[in-house]
Amino acid sequence: MESLTRPRVATVWLGGCSGCHMSLLDLDERLLDLAERMHLVYSPFMDIKQFPEHVDIALVEGAVANEDNARLLRLVRSRTAVLVAFGDCAVAGNVTALRNPLGDPMPVLARSYGTDTSRIPGVGANAGSVPPLVPKVHMLRSLVAVDYYLPGCPPPADLIFFVLSELVAGRTLNLQSRATLG
Amino acid sequence: MSVTTLTMNGTLVSAAEGATLLAVAREHHIPIPTLCHFEGLSEVGACRLCLVEVEGSNRLQAACMTKAVEGMTVTTNSETLRSYRRQIVELLLAERNHVCAVCVANHTCELQNLAVSMGVHHVRYEPQAPQLSMDASHPRWILDHNRCVLCTRCVRVCDEIEGAHTWDLMGRGRHTLVISDLHEPWGQSESCTSCGKCVRVCPTGALFEKGTSATNKDPHFVTYLKMAREQKLWNR
Amino acid sequence: MIADDLAAVRERERTAISLSTARIAVCSAAGCISTGGAAVKDALGAAVIAHNLSGSVRVLGTGCLGLCHAGPLMRVTRGDAEPVLFTKTTPAFAERVIAGLPSGVLPLEQRCDLQQPFFTRQHRIVTSDAGIVDSERIEDYLAAGGYTALERTLAELHPEDVVREVSLSGLRGRGGAGYPTGLKWSTVAKAAGHGTFIVCNADEGDPGAFMDRSVLEGDPHRVLEGMAIAAYAVGAEQGYIYVRGEYPLAITRLKTAIRQAERMQLLGHRILDSQFNFRIDLRIGAGAFVCGEETALIASIEGKRGMPRPRPPFPAEAGLWGRPTLINNVETYANIAPIILHGGAHYATLGTERSKGTKVFALAGRIVNTGLVEVPMGMPLGEIIFDIGGGIPDERQFKAAQTGGPSGGCIPAAHLDLPVDYEALAGIGSIMGSGGLIVMDETSCMVDVARYFMEFCRDESCGKCVPCRAGTVQMHGLLTKMTHGTATDRDLALLEQLAELTTRTSLCGLGQTAANPVRSTLRHFHDEYLAHIHDHVCPAGVCAMNGEDPR
Repeated sequence: MESLTRPRVATVWLGGCSGCHMSLLDLDERLLDLAERMHLVYSPFMDIKQFPEHVDIALVEGAVANEDNARLLRLVRSRTAVLVAFGDCAVAGNVTALRNPLGDPMPVLARSYGTDTSRIPGVGANAGSVPPLVPKVHMLRSLVAVDYYLPGCPPPADLIFFVLSELVAGRTLNLQSRATLG
Repeated sequence: MSVTTLTMNGTLVSAAEGATLLAVAREHHIPIPTLCHFEGLSEVGACRLCLVEVEGSNRLQAACMTKAVEGMTVTTNSETLRSYRRQIVELLLAERNHVCAVCVANHTCELQNLAVSMGVHHVRYEPQAPQLSMDASHPRWILDHNRCVLCTRCVRVCDEIEGAHTWDLMGRGRHTLVISDLHEPWGQSESCTSCGKCVRVCPTGALFEKGTSATNKDPHFVTYLKMAREQKLWNR
Repeated sequence: MIADDLAAVRERERTAISLSTARIAVCSAAGCISTGGAAVKDALGAAVIAHNLSGSVRVLGTGCLGLCHAGPLMRVTRGDAEPVLFTKTTPAFAERVIAGLPSGVLPLEQRCDLQQPFFTRQHRIVTSDAGIVDSERIEDYLAAGGYTALERTLAELHPEDVVREVSLSGLRGRGGAGYPTGLKWSTVAKAAGHGTFIVCNADEGDPGAFMDRSVLEGDPHRVLEGMAIAAYAVGAEQGYIYVRGEYPLAITRLKTAIRQAERMQLLGHRILDSQFNFRIDLRIGAGAFVCGEETALIASIEGKRGMPRPRPPFPAEAGLWGRPTLINNVETYANIAPIILHGGAHYATLGTERSKGTKVFALAGRIVNTGLVEVPMGMPLGEIIFDIGGGIPDERQFKAAQTGGPSGGCIPAAHLDLPVDYEALAGIGSIMGSGGLIVMDETSCMVDVARYFMEFCRDESCGKCVPCRAGTVQMHGLLTKMTHGTATDRDLALLEQLAELTTRTSLCGLGQTAANPVRSTLRHFHDEYLAHIHDHVCPAGVCAMNGEDPR
């Protein structure tokens, strides 16, 4: 019964490389320690398709690169009390947003799939096969309110541990000079 | 040489005549953030990070360009000043494409360090994501406009220390660019002596050495060169 | 040339004027030229010859007559009769005017009532020569009493006397900031040694402002005379007029005027046979708004990139090439000769407690009488806009007056009784500025107006200091978001914070005042911002509000 009173934690993977989640795994045995203090309800590590209701803390990795990212982010925001931008892509766009100076996604898609649009997934006749890319990659803050920022590419495991420990304990997070972009 | 006494953050400090507030603060280990300032180069007062409050003046003063005056009362770290400095760092981070994770200057970058020291964990402003070029025409070094903060240290060190004046600015406002000669590729510059001083003073990853994954910055060589010239260390 | 020769020229010219039966002045400022004024003047000249009236009719191209929207303007003076002002003239009309002169019958149509408040409520000091003096003839200027002030200065006054007289007048800088002119002159005079410079700032760049252009085009000698007197007062031998390249007509007229003045020994070596030498050269701006800022202007004259530097040191102590330098605006110099002629105390009788004399305003925007007016300081804004300016066209409602251009603010209807006075305008978040006065009715959206001026400042920032270079970009982005209907309260808070940042931390006046249009509209039209943000509605119906995020 104790697990019902533990904070419900989710981790979300948007447009990012999953490096932040790898860094989370680098917590190693400390994960066991954390597992006793929280209740993981949604994560790329779990076999769950729907983002649940009443989430206390969500770590969101990645920037918003496609329309599915945007939809999921808004859902996460509406169902989460404390939303943490997890890693540089979520915080500032970072590598995911490298395409923004090019104006729209086409130059990037053409670089990968060639200029023949019939061969580009999600474009023209292929619409619907994959979520379409948004014209401009957004950091989380551009679309929803963000409660805390945990920068780093990826954020070091120690910092993730500190942040989760603080939030799980219900404390206000103050990173001061402990964290850095990059 | 006469000595001036002034109050800085509530403490009486002494200063050599004609010293700037920044020099006085550094001498007394009072931290004031700077970016365009570089020891040994002229001051331009452009980054506005070193602004301080001087009692009796309703204008903030750039510590790098304000001379210490007898009896002055200076505040260097009020909440207002800290807030302004954070905003300035955020404005810089949003202005061009400062992607720390894939930058050669990651963890040696002065802008990044300023952000860390001020607790800037995110940027509240919309990233501008301008499309900017890189100039890799020089055999040894690369100029990456994406990382440039327009501090003009490179312009000044090239003009004042090397005497080549290869670098200068073109355009205005957000379109301002550091250019070599009359906007020719750096590698084709006739004035560049390939001394590399600009690369060593650049605070970010805007100027860096080819083939390295980290930048080689040096905060002291300009003062050494000036001292050596003044004392004629190399004249025989 | 010595004083006697000058008197002879004046006498000769005055005789010629008194012998003529008619003087026909065509406005030859850029406004009327753009509507065909030059062709009208040519047609007048041709008609005078055709009707064999060369001996008795004089045609002159003159300074701005004020009613720019009704140009080309033509002013006909015959003997002691009341002058007649014709509006919207054409070459054919010019022919009719000349044809009617011998019989004394002038067309009855296209006449402008000279008794309307637009003319009677003005007080012309700076623009007093308009309609009287041909802009390209020094003889005309001399006949109207020109260079008498310089003559008297050199003959009767010590430099200190000149400074005292200017101080006494209470004249303040007409470039916008309103620094007391006499104080500035005495600072430069005290700092003087060998190689003091004086500069005339004619880099008028505010959108909708054309006061200085009109003065330079219409009465260039007035500016030269003011500069020469200033040079004598502060001990300078070299002056520069920094005029923007977008004013080709002003440049041409200035070149002509300088050449004429040099030929008559009113500029150059041993002016009027005294020991006083003073030379004036033109420097043409290349289109950067920031070069109107005095330290950037100095850099530009020195041949450097036009970027400001922190003050102190002020140019009065260390300006051009490190020498003490006096920098004043065109209109300021144009006030000098009248002050010397009639005395500083007399000048000071006009105006308010701390703002003396007159101010020239360029009326633009939603106002009936678009044009140039000169009014005594202290006149309520409402009088300028409704009595002199004729109010708002198309029976619309007044909404706001914008003074001071991109550095100024928007003044709402509630403050229409505010007197034109440096302190009063600053008190409600605007500035006197150089004299641009843009009137807006209810079809203007104040958020959009703020966005427009922010775009101007963003594009004109020199790029040196971070708050101005990057802050204006972000503020413009936030304002654009508001006009698209996608902004939130958080964006409004960011805008307010950035406005404070750029105001307090920017290096020069451009950045320090760039947020003024935002701050004043936030102050006086806050509801309009909230309508854009909360209700996604633009009350004026100007903004797209398409819900799309600006890119």
